[in-house]
Amino acid sequence: MLEIKNLSKRFIYSGFEIKDISFSLKPGYIMGFIGPNGSGKSTTIKLIMNLLKKNSGEIKIFGKDHIEYEKEIKDRIGFVYDESHFYESFSIDEMKSLIAPFYSKWDDEVFYRYLEDFDLKANQVIKTLSKGMKMKFALAIALSHDADLIIMDEPTSGLDPIFRREILDVLYNIMQNENKSIFFSTHITSDLDQIADYITYIDKGKLVFSKSVEEIMDTYKLVKGGPDLLNDYKKKELLGFRESRVGFEGLTDNIENVKSVFGRELIIEKPSLEDIMYYTRGR
Amino acid sequence: MRVIISNSSSEPIYVQVMNQIRAAIIKGDLDEGELLPSIRGLAKDLQISVITTKRAYDELEKEGFIETVHGKGSYVAIQNRELMKEKKLKIIEEKLMDLVDESRLLGFSYEEIKEMLKILYMEVE
Repeated sequence: MLEIKNLSKRFIYSGFEIKDISFSLKPGYIMGFIGPNGSGKSTTIKLIMNLLKKNSGEIKIFGKDHIEYEKEIKDRIGFVYDESHFYESFSIDEMKSLIAPFYSKWDDEVFYRYLEDFDLKANQVIKTLSKGMKMKFALAIALSHDADLIIMDEPTSGLDPIFRREILDVLYNIMQNENKSIFFSTHITSDLDQIADYITYIDKGKLVFSKSVEEIMDTYKLVKGGPDLLNDYKKKELLGFRESRVGFEGLTDNIENVKSVFGRELIIEKPSLEDIMYYTRGR
Repeated sequence: MRVIISNSSSEPIYVQVMNQIRAAIIKGDLDEGELLPSIRGLAKDLQISVITTKRAYDELEKEGFIETVHGKGSYVAIQNRELMKEKKLKIIEEKLMDLVDESRLLGFSYEEIKEMLKILYMEVE
């Protein structure tokens, strides 16, 4: 569905680099793309969409090169940008009429159903829409041509929790079809804890990991204990930790080892993606 | 079928799903041959990922509780009575093992525990 091999990009002026990123997404699954601000998420998405030119590496979508077959591929992608890229003075309907002819499988019926679900009116002028409404409109556009791959750059940023939940429902409905895939970036990881099948995590332009959530939850454990349980030697056994006068919390990717070093009093919990991001940062 | 996911539980989500479906089969709440919800449908209902639901179904299939017919869905497998008895026994054994560990840790003797168990068992009845 989406295959990225050894992707690299270097910006001459800022010196920022995407370095040798590889990952892939199978049909029927959702991949969350996470990383701190400025880690290269948007750059990677722009490279995938060929809005930026890569320096080296390979990007294949639906098994085909993303530049050579760009037109054919984009017909099957629903894309949501992180910022509104619509003509502000157009109405929703006018904007739709401009975009629809680009897609061979555009479906007006689906589009108007989404407008209704999202409480949008066809005659509303885009500049009068709130940030959340613009995002809803962008989603309605992206989902109305029966796309096989949905790519979204920070679709939930700046949205209230109620609408974020509504988006999750929309995504679950799409995923009832096992040939569709969704790839979306976000820094609000709680949205992903629930729905994502795979997580690709990048930091400072480099891949930290790309794994299934099941593998991640099997690998990483959050451990806690009193201050007496931690010493300099034991600290080395943890990927990262935070200590206070009353105790400590840390992350490990080798729980059996940590259990034998720290002993029975250790409390072991499921980490959130945020815990994993926080304790593995800068490693 | 009833499945409830607890986010505060230390058990992985796939284990929670597995345990509840397994229990429903053992107790007979789910009949042999009954069609289970689709993996994608259940993922949506529980608001969990498809891959987590798939793992729960895969594990249940390995244990022989369900069968998956490609393109049709997953069904409750025909259960072997002997095997079922053994599985039930194993569940109780595991719980008792926890009890033994905890009793030793807290310094209760076998006699004390036996007495407690007897009283509790009668009380519930």
